[in-house]
Amino acid sequence: MASGRTYIWKRGISVSESIELEIFRYCPEKDAEPLFKSYQVPFREDWVVLDAINYIKDELDGTLSYRWSCRMGVCGSCGMMVNGEPKLTCSAFLRDYSSGKIRVEPLQGFPVLRDLVFQMDDFINKLTEVKPYILRNENGEKQVEEGEYLQSPAQLAKYKQYTLCINCMLCYSACPIYALDSEFVGPAAIALAQRYNMDSRDQGRKQRQEVIAGHEGIWQCTFVGECSVVCPKNVDPAAAIQRAKVSSTMDFFKGIITLGSKE
Amino acid sequence: MEVELAQSKEPVIWMLFSAGGMISAMVFPVLLLITGFLLPFEIAGDGTFERIHVALKHPLIKLILFFVISLPFFHWAHRFRFTLVDIGLKHVSLMITVCCYGGAILGSILTIIVLWNI
Repeated sequence: MASGRTYIWKRGISVSESIELEIFRYCPEKDAEPLFKSYQVPFREDWVVLDAINYIKDELDGTLSYRWSCRMGVCGSCGMMVNGEPKLTCSAFLRDYSSGKIRVEPLQGFPVLRDLVFQMDDFINKLTEVKPYILRNENGEKQVEEGEYLQSPAQLAKYKQYTLCINCMLCYSACPIYALDSEFVGPAAIALAQRYNMDSRDQGRKQRQEVIAGHEGIWQCTFVGECSVVCPKNVDPAAAIQRAKVSSTMDFFKGIITLGSKE
Repeated sequence: MEVELAQSKEPVIWMLFSAGGMISAMVFPVLLLITGFLLPFEIAGDGTFERIHVALKHPLIKLILFFVISLPFFHWAHRFRFTLVDIGLKHVSLMITVCCYGGAILGSILTIIVLWNI
């Protein structure tokens, strides 16, 4: 092959040699306020924003802090604001940002620990509150010798979509309700509660209702729908919340019909 | 306690809200077409207004109209309550709640009075 650089023209995208990344920097020990630092990163057709950030960390500025792991949209660690939108940086291609400048900030709505790393305790606590695991009634657990809990494909289909959540928190970052009132249980936690509520093997709905149907639960949601727009796994938390509203309303009317007779 | 309160109050309000939304979306466009174009421009022919007016005297029509008019009041109340809270008036949320749903109840009472007197 001839020496020198060969450019390959692809998909009508002009090939520029580098792209500017404006990265949110904040070091609580040193900085009174966050600031933005610009880095020139080589532009590559097949690079995602995370590749560019890794390049900065490896080649330009080793002090940059951020979270990442799998690089394939599975672990949910690399969520950041890319040009003001919550994105998994491992799935946001540089080539899709034609402005020649990309601004990267930590996911909005959470306390920043350092640079692009934010505190996720609030979400983890909410996740724990909704008990996202199969619950059985007292004495409801099958003995091992009785075999597995069988489930038909139709029963699986009811909740499968909600199992795809990777806890990346993009939905919390996009939710205007959560931004105003961080007590709100929030999209992913409610979608996961719904995932277990609709699982035919689960019996824990009543326990979860205390969190889900309380004042800071589903009734706070005004169905803006941004959570479903930004969700990288098409979980559709907004739909999960609306369905939970319907079933909680049904509960209420069932309660009236069976007035007095306590379960 | 807080959960019980939310469970008992919010489902009712939410159901009125969603029923009102459904009606506004499905019935209002037709009503707008009838009362905004067909009647004033006399597209539907002479005497249409009179015929509709006679039909309105039927109790069943009155009952249907009551729901068509009052439920969207509750839709407005719920939406407006959350809009006001979301623009930063959470500290007066009780007053907002009372005014919004109170307004919807008042509107429903007025609806009954108007329908009764047709």
